[in-house]
Amino acid sequence: MIEFKDVRKSYDDGKEIIKGINFTINSGELFVLIGPSGCGKTTTLKMINRLIEPTSGKILIDGKDITKGDPIELRRNIGYVIQQTGLFPNMTIGQNIEIVPYLKKWPQQKRRERTMELLRLVGMEPEEFINRYPNELSGGQKQRIGVIRALATNPDVILMDEPFSALDPITRNQLQDELFDLQQKLNKTIVFVTHDMDEALKLGDRICIMKDGNIIQLDTPEEILKNPAHGFVENFIGKNRIWSNPDYIKAEDIMINNPVKANPKRTVLQAIEIMKSNKVDSILVVDGDEKLLGIATSKDMSKKEGSKKLEEIMETDVITAYNDDTISEILKIMDEKGVGFLPIINKEKKLVGLITKSSLITVFSKLYS
Amino acid sequence: MSDFINFFLSRSNQIGNLTLQHIELTIVAVIAAIVIGVPIGIIITRFKSLSKYIIGLANVVQAIPSLALMGFLIPLFGIGSTPAIVMVFLYSLLPIIKNTFTGITNIDSEILEAGKGMGMTNSQLLRLIELPLSLPVIMAGIRIAAVTAVGLMTIAAFIGAGGLGYMIFTGIQMYNTQMVLAGAIPAAILALLIDFIIEKIEIKVTPKGIKK
Repeated sequence: MIEFKDVRKSYDDGKEIIKGINFTINSGELFVLIGPSGCGKTTTLKMINRLIEPTSGKILIDGKDITKGDPIELRRNIGYVIQQTGLFPNMTIGQNIEIVPYLKKWPQQKRRERTMELLRLVGMEPEEFINRYPNELSGGQKQRIGVIRALATNPDVILMDEPFSALDPITRNQLQDELFDLQQKLNKTIVFVTHDMDEALKLGDRICIMKDGNIIQLDTPEEILKNPAHGFVENFIGKNRIWSNPDYIKAEDIMINNPVKANPKRTVLQAIEIMKSNKVDSILVVDGDEKLLGIATSKDMSKKEGSKKLEEIMETDVITAYNDDTISEILKIMDEKGVGFLPIINKEKKLVGLITKSSLITVFSKLYS
Repeated sequence: MSDFINFFLSRSNQIGNLTLQHIELTIVAVIAAIVIGVPIGIIITRFKSLSKYIIGLANVVQAIPSLALMGFLIPLFGIGSTPAIVMVFLYSLLPIIKNTFTGITNIDSEILEAGKGMGMTNSQLLRLIELPLSLPVIMAGIRIAAVTAVGLMTIAAFIGAGGLGYMIFTGIQMYNTQMVLAGAIPAAILALLIDFIIEKIEIKVTPKGIKK
C-alpha cells in the first residue's frame, strides 16, 4: 500500500507543480496516473522511488515513511520501467535483466536462473535472446525486456512510466494484454503513468486523473466513464467514450427505473386502468417484496373477465436479465429470445427495472443527438 | 632518391634510437594526459558549473604557440625531456578532457535515469553505464591527442630532449634536406601508426551493443 499525504512539490523558482495531493494505492492494484503533459503525473511517480523528493508532505509504503531510509535501497526494492530507451545498450539482454540482482549481489547462478525464468515468462526463448544486445531487438521485444527487468527481484511495487507509448498500435495492444495477463498472475502493486485514455481504461483497476498538479478524479474506469467529473474529465476522456467500451454499460444504466407494476391480487379491470393511465400495454406482477412473479399484457387481459385476479392470467414464464448484465448481453438475450421487453432483476430476484425496445431506442438516440 | 636511402641506411642506428626516444617521450606525455584528463573530464560532468572554466582554461593553453609555451616551461623545469613532456601533456589535455566531458554528457538522460531508478549508486552508474557508453568518444579524444603529440614532440629537440626532432633541426641548420627527411618521414609514419593502433583499440573497447 502506498499512501500520499498532502504531498507538494515546488521548484526553486516557486512554481508549484504538485499542489497537495492525497491518495492511497492499494496493494495488488494497477493504479493509473493520467493527464495532459505537465499535469504532474510523472513527477508523482518519481516521488515514489525518490528520483524526485517532495517539498512537503509524506509518502508511505506499507506504513513506512520512504524518506526515512536509504534511497538506493528503496529503489532496488521497487521495479522501474520506462520507455524502450531505458535498456542499457552496452549490456546484453541477460545483463540488462540481471542488473538489479547484480546490484543486490545475488550469486551468478541464481541470477542466470531467474533471467531464464523471466524470459520464458514473456515467451522469449532464453538461448536465443540472452546474449543479444538491445539494438538487435524489435521495439516490442525491448519493452518486454524492460518489464521483466523490473520483475527480476520480485518486488511488490512496480513503477511504469509510459512504458508502451513509443510502440506502434498493434504491438502496444499486444503488450497491454500481456501486462494484464501477467498482473492477473503476479498481483503486484503497479503504478502506471500514461497519457492514453484507452490504455488507462484497458489496464487500470483505478484511474487517477490529474491536471495542473491536482487530482481531478480518482475512480474505477467504469465510474469515470459513467460519471466523469464535470468539465475537464468529460473533455479529456471524450464525450460518449463509454460507447466504445460497451462492457462498462450495464442494464441498470439504460433501464427504465420505475416500470409499471401491480400486485397479483389486482383484478384485470384495475390492471387495465393502471396501464391506461401509464400509457403502457403490459404490466409486471410483483409481490409485496418486489419479487417478480410474472407479466400480464393487454392481450392476456382482453378476453378475460374483468373480475379475474392477475395471478390467474399472468404469464409466469418470463425472460429476465440481471441489473449488472452488460448492454451487449442484453441485446443478445432480446435478439435470441425474440422478446421486445426485458424485466431487470437484481441478485435477490427483486424487480428493479425494465428494458423495452423503445427504451433502447431512446438510449441510442441520445448517443447521436 | 638513392642518396637519401644511402643516408638513411648509414644513419639507421641513430634514427632507430631517436624514434624509440620519440615514442617514449610521446607515450609518457599522453599517458599522463589520460591519467589526469579523464578524471578531470568526469569531475566536471558532476560539477557542471566548473566545466566552462576548466575547458576554457584548456582552450587557452592550446592557443599558446608551442614554442612560446616551451619558453614558459624552461624557467620552471629547466631544459631536457621534462619541459618537453610537460608541454605535450598540456596540449593533450584539451581533447581528452573535452571528449570525456562530451562523451558522458551526451548519454541519453533516460538511460541514466533508468540506472538511477533501479538503485545504482553514483560510482556504479559511472562504471556500468557512463564509462562504457562514452568510451568510444573518450578514445577518439585520446587518438587526436596522441597523433598531435607525435608531431609536437619534434620541437622537444630544441631544448635537448632528443627524439626525431633532433634530425630535423640539425638538418635545417646544416641545410641537409636528407637529414630533415630522415627525421620527418619516420615521425609522420609514427603518427599514422599510432592513429592506426588507437583506432584498433577504440573498436575493441566499444561495447558491442553500440557498434554501428
